[in-house]
Amino acid sequence: MSVPLLSRARRASSTVPVVLAVACLLLAVVALGLGTFPVSPWSVVTILLGGDEGFATTVVRDFRLPRVLAALVFGGALGAAGAVFQSLTRNPLGSPDVIGFSTGAYTGALVVITVTGQAFASTAIGALAGGLVTALVVYVLAWRGGVQGFRLIVVGVAVTALLSAVNSYLLLRVDTQTAVGAAIWGAGSISLVQWDALLPAVVALGVAGVALGALHRGLRQLELGDDAARAHGVATEPVRLALLVVGVALTAVTTAVAGPVAFVALAAPQVAARLTRSAGLPLVASALTGALLLLGADQVAQHVVPKEVPVGTVTVVVGGVYLLWLLVRGARRAS
Amino acid sequence: MSAESRLSAEAVTLAYEHRTVSRDVTLRIPDRGFTVVVGPNACGKSTMLRALARLLRPQAGEVLLDGKALHTVRPRDAARQIGLLPQSSTTPDGIVVADLVARGRYAHQGLLRRWSSEDEDAVREAMETTGTAELAERRVDELSGGQRQRVQMATVLAQRTPLLLLDEPTTYLDIAHQIELLDLVARLHRQGTTVVAVLHDLQHAARYADHLVVMSDGDVVATGDPSLVLTAELVERVFGLPCLVIEDPVSGTPLVVPRSEGFRA
Repeated sequence: MSVPLLSRARRASSTVPVVLAVACLLLAVVALGLGTFPVSPWSVVTILLGGDEGFATTVVRDFRLPRVLAALVFGGALGAAGAVFQSLTRNPLGSPDVIGFSTGAYTGALVVITVTGQAFASTAIGALAGGLVTALVVYVLAWRGGVQGFRLIVVGVAVTALLSAVNSYLLLRVDTQTAVGAAIWGAGSISLVQWDALLPAVVALGVAGVALGALHRGLRQLELGDDAARAHGVATEPVRLALLVVGVALTAVTTAVAGPVAFVALAAPQVAARLTRSAGLPLVASALTGALLLLGADQVAQHVVPKEVPVGTVTVVVGGVYLLWLLVRGARRAS
Repeated sequence: MSAESRLSAEAVTLAYEHRTVSRDVTLRIPDRGFTVVVGPNACGKSTMLRALARLLRPQAGEVLLDGKALHTVRPRDAARQIGLLPQSSTTPDGIVVADLVARGRYAHQGLLRRWSSEDEDAVREAMETTGTAELAERRVDELSGGQRQRVQMATVLAQRTPLLLLDEPTTYLDIAHQIELLDLVARLHRQGTTVVAVLHDLQHAARYADHLVVMSDGDVVATGDPSLVLTAELVERVFGLPCLVIEDPVSGTPLVVPRSEGFRA
């Protein structure tokens, strides 16, 4: 037998990410040109490579690039975080937006908004703290000699319901204008992202990404069940905890800057798994799918919908419809 | 039987959260032997195997690997010595056979040392030994029970460990596949692997084991050559089953024939 044993699996899981990455780049170039001041894709590429195209340079580099980058980076972070949580809980519903982390971040932000009034930097800190505290509470409540996926989801859903009530209460307490601002943030929006908020987030997410790379093989082992993973030489509880920390970090940093963007973490890994036809949920493909999904959704939110809406509103619709279609198709094929 | 033993449980007390299964039990695994552990349901045989496999840390006593407390050995180092076929394992959706078997190589890889030709060889050999090479590109969830168990076996063999622990490897297999799997294990044993298997079937245990361990109520109650250990008196005492022990007409090993009264006359 001369054919390498792992030919097919290897090939399928390496071409799809390349295609996704190219799609992200192409869409980014188009997105940078779209708007009330259109710029041709050729000029966009020239500007990105350091050329000067006059006023177009300012529009592309200073106005549009932060938002496009934010969509790619945050979409990627959410996609990867979703893959981590869904793998650990062995359940598509185990993604961070379902088990309360995003809602908790919103609560943290709302507390800051009601106490201090709208201020972008402190909102981010409130969201970060809210997300982390919620994650910790869910983890501790779900702990019983180790964390089992299903219990994490049930506890997470309960905490989400509780925090949603708290969020409604907080929104009713503030004046209308603040409430509207908070609600836009709460729907998930990257329209206001500036370089000063984006750069630290990119650095933090980069660190989390590197950590995830190191933990990747451990995650693949945990998919086999704890007994098999340990027999293969994995220190299961430390690896699981490290993965949870990285997943929470990816979600919390993103939510702190962009608000709770719904559905990307839930849908991206499922879409990526079907595209790659790989075993389990592929991390890289999930991140790239998340990036493409959020960037695409943001273009719809800006240019397709008559009056601009927060991107989170679109991700719910786009991601939801696509996932629904996949599930219906899967159910038909199975029957 | 040689007295050498790389792996042993020395006066261990084994317990899950609040339930103590075994207290102060010692069990030494003969090197290059084919040890089979038998006993009634809930006698603690699987728990003992989990302790030997480093999945369960004893509350008292130590499991020793080469004279060192097993829980102090780094997980990766232990996994290069001890392979385990767990009673149950989950497989990720859509994983293909070769990919699953390759995951048995975890302990031999590192952050910087990824897939090597040695890994490739180990996976190929494991699949050829278990007769799963032609299934390489098939999805595991589409396989039959017998095929799936051979794939699980290949995953353990890819680990290339001198010690092999099997937790009820024949459960859910039909009689032909049970024998096929046990013959495979016997072949590995002849090639020098130290085998420890938990089995339910006493006939299989008597046929394949060169060292039988009988457990009851968390305790080891008898050890040794199956022909000497497996008597009607012992089976009745341990399993509460009146029986006749005759010679297996094929292998010459003890064959337990139950004396029940409810059968069709």
